[in-house]
Amino acid sequence: AVRACGGAWRRTWQRGALGPGPARRGQHAAACNARAGAVPAGKSGLAPWMPVVGLEIHAQISSNSKLFSGSQVQFAAPPNSLVSFFDASLPGTLPVLNRRCVEAAVMTGLALNCSINKKSLFDRKHYFYADLPAGYQITQQRVPIAVNGSLSYSLCIDNKMSQMVTKTVRIKQIQLEQDSGKSLHDDTRSQTLVDLNRAGVGLMEVVMEPDMCCGEEAAAAVRELQLILQTLGSSQAVMAEGQLRVDANVSVHHPGEPYGVRTEVKNINSIRFLAKAVDYEIQRQIEELENGGTILNETRAFDSKLGCTVPMRDKEGKQDYRFMPEPNLPPLILYDAKSLPANMNHQQVVNIDWIHERLPDLPSVKRAKLVEQYGILPEHSFTLLNEDGLAEFFENVVNQTQMKPKKVIGWIINDLLSHLRQHSVTVKESPVSSLLLADLLNLLVKKDISSTAAKQVLAELWKGEGKTPLEIVKEKKLGLIQDEKELEQICQAVIDRQENE
Amino acid sequence: AMLRASLRQVSAALKEGHVTPTELCQRCLSLIKSTKFLNAYITVAEESALKQAEESEERYRRGQPLGVLDGIPIAVKDNFNTAGIETTCASNMLKGYISPYNATVVQKLLDQGAVLLGKTNLDEFAMGSGSTDGVFGPVRNPWSYSRQYKEKSVPKSHSEDEESNWVITGGSSGGSAAAVSSFTCFAALGSDTGGSTRNPAAHCGVVGLKPTYGLISRHGLIPLVNSMDVPGILTRCVDDAAVVLGSLAGHDPKDSTTIQENFKPFELPNLTDVSKLSIGIPKEYHAPGLSSEILALWSKAADLFKNAGAKVIEVSLPHTRYSIVCYHVLCTAEVASNMARFDGLEYGHRSDMNKSTESMYAATRREGFNDVVRGRILSGNYFLLKQNYENYFVKAQKVRRLIANDFVKVFGNGVDILLTPTTLSDAAPYMEFIKEDNRTRSAQDDILTQAANMAGLPAINVPTALSERGLPVGLQFIGRSFQEKQLLTVAKWFEKQVKFPMIQLEEVKRHDHGVFRHQKSASFS
Repeated sequence: AVRACGGAWRRTWQRGALGPGPARRGQHAAACNARAGAVPAGKSGLAPWMPVVGLEIHAQISSNSKLFSGSQVQFAAPPNSLVSFFDASLPGTLPVLNRRCVEAAVMTGLALNCSINKKSLFDRKHYFYADLPAGYQITQQRVPIAVNGSLSYSLCIDNKMSQMVTKTVRIKQIQLEQDSGKSLHDDTRSQTLVDLNRAGVGLMEVVMEPDMCCGEEAAAAVRELQLILQTLGSSQAVMAEGQLRVDANVSVHHPGEPYGVRTEVKNINSIRFLAKAVDYEIQRQIEELENGGTILNETRAFDSKLGCTVPMRDKEGKQDYRFMPEPNLPPLILYDAKSLPANMNHQQVVNIDWIHERLPDLPSVKRAKLVEQYGILPEHSFTLLNEDGLAEFFENVVNQTQMKPKKVIGWIINDLLSHLRQHSVTVKESPVSSLLLADLLNLLVKKDISSTAAKQVLAELWKGEGKTPLEIVKEKKLGLIQDEKELEQICQAVIDRQENE
Repeated sequence: AMLRASLRQVSAALKEGHVTPTELCQRCLSLIKSTKFLNAYITVAEESALKQAEESEERYRRGQPLGVLDGIPIAVKDNFNTAGIETTCASNMLKGYISPYNATVVQKLLDQGAVLLGKTNLDEFAMGSGSTDGVFGPVRNPWSYSRQYKEKSVPKSHSEDEESNWVITGGSSGGSAAAVSSFTCFAALGSDTGGSTRNPAAHCGVVGLKPTYGLISRHGLIPLVNSMDVPGILTRCVDDAAVVLGSLAGHDPKDSTTIQENFKPFELPNLTDVSKLSIGIPKEYHAPGLSSEILALWSKAADLFKNAGAKVIEVSLPHTRYSIVCYHVLCTAEVASNMARFDGLEYGHRSDMNKSTESMYAATRREGFNDVVRGRILSGNYFLLKQNYENYFVKAQKVRRLIANDFVKVFGNGVDILLTPTTLSDAAPYMEFIKEDNRTRSAQDDILTQAANMAGLPAINVPTALSERGLPVGLQFIGRSFQEKQLLTVAKWFEKQVKFPMIQLEEVKRHDHGVFRHQKSASFS
């Protein structure tokens, strides 16, 4: 079902209208994998459809206190236990910018190759909602803290790990803003309960340009972003806890034609669902258009149970957010080594260069280092980084065993990882520690056991009974016999038995 | 007699033991009661005031007072948060609202031993120029009951006329101005967004200081226009204003718009030589509607400086004439935004309407706000609409910059201080005043004061003389940013020259014998 290869839609765009594509009636599957660029035409049969996907991602900043107040940030605390006077918008309270949040945004901006604005501004975005106590959100609408970046991400073609392609999505901007509280609607008693613990927590909104064309690309981009944020420590980025929230803007059009009307898909709470939601929405739009319908510029929610998107009831009809500069916050001024005034107290300023010098290795660099240092395959480096703690586990094993890294990786990916996944266990919870695995692999290297026996030992180790590999080998008599005399005796015994028969 | 003293005088008296903080507090409280008809106070915090006075007394007994403010009775406009004392903004929306925290300025006063007598009346959410549009009713100008006013304008025999002839205080800090003017406290806090401290100060014959934006913390001041609001200081004399300023000014970590530098409190020198001064007379302040009386007074004041050797030059602030319109847009836009939080959910009034959250919001806001507030919210939201933002809000911001630049130019050309009238005329009788709507009045009354807010400059009203009707008239000095010391020094010199007469409160005398003693002062005429 796949017509074009990766990135084709843009080339198509440059060439202008592509001639009538091959009619492939009935092939409606959205055909979105890494190679998808254009989706073949359906009934109309005139031209293929080009899906366009852009993302708006809200990442909760990992910080001790909120963006503009001293309240603590903590997931799942008792309702309304982390609310300062400012968070509850008591009259007369004023915002005071949290430096840590600024640093997190600068770090993220630098990691995403953005230019950091040395002067950025805060704005008020107005709407009435129960979990927005002030009636406005403080955000950065006019001049955000970081702009014009890019994110490279890789994904495999046709689900084959051996065929990885690297793509780039442009980052339009990163803006600092406040999170809202949470509303819980109790329909039976027709009341709404409001929890303001989350109100005012710092968010980084990362706006990605519509450079993606299918769910898988969107998912891969978000996964890479997630890894970067976690590496930086700027966000814990756990989607299930709402620390990373993704809205997808989806539209389809024919090559050579302007972009179609887009819909915004919300309520996506895992990366897997992101891919599903986007692909569903692309497919829905194509079908709608091919059936002579139109696409409404609307917000749709992804229903993970039904696997489809449904229109969301608009909060207040068409919104005019009545943006206005936030008068209580002076412009946010950042410095670099050049512009840093000599008499400035270093505790009071944010120095971009200082942060830049201290950025940790990003996932892409880590992967390259793993490939170079250990001679493993690039796709394996992806696997190592995708699983939290797996790369460290791998390196620990390598450091404690004589086995060549190239061989160790096989055990890590084929044996350890698949077992962990089967039992839904994280690397950190693994009953087999890096030390135990290294011990086992050492037995294998020394040819004390066969590789078949090693798998048996590993199976025993999973039980987590506290035995060492050596003990298991002895107990189960799995050891290879190295003594020639002993071997001779055994062989002789076998032959003797044969002769006796 | 003690009550008519200046803050510094009474502070000295406390130190010398001529009066105790408790006595002083009790006298003020009793005067507040006998002047209740002025409606200057919304809440009188008798109990906590007496407790604070006792604590102060203990400190004096130990010989360890906290400073010049220790034991001094003060009042605070009811749009500053006060922990444990109602903060209403003269609005149904906040009636009964008790804040859990003190505004920074209130905390600073308390930390220095001041005794907080109560919260003063204002226009609802400080939106007005008369102190007539609050939910607790209008404030009456103490001068309405002065011998000076009665002799000149009120038919002596008809008490009904007397009732209908009382004049307004100006606003919106009218309660604070009336409180200082009627001797119920020694200093009061107001707020000044477009003239709200200087205007009532002028009408009530007291000193009203609007400091430079960013010099005093706004944390805890319920905002009108965040980018223009400044806590204001109302006192009997310029020296007292300097004392209070010194106790309030400086960086506040809770207000990011305050200056980073520490503020050094100062004492005002007695200026003897003004010959090095350059006084600017902005010709645009010769505004339509300026009474001939005030015009004459203004030029007399200019002559005073000239005769003393100062350089007095006419200057131009050409964009001043756009300030009313500009202010209207910026003010209402911020009001619309700032008032959005009053939705009945977290605090304040909540309507019984419970059909839906939205209908509850609507009913709450309709019931909680008066017409003036609702009107400003409506126009503000209009100006902020996407389609209007550029044409109104952005344009108004640009005009604001032009207005501010006018001042920069004038001060850049060697002018030290600007001298202008504070108001167009003396205080209007209430019955006259309410004939016009709030918007028209505010536009007229702010005309001479609001440009200083646009530019963030310090400005002060100095009571200058009595009008033909026997009412106070003040003049305004506008200084350079953060040059309060220079501004107040000049104001003090002027104050000394004009010898503004003390109010002779007859009405109160009847109620409270012995508190006021007739004092003869030369008047500036």
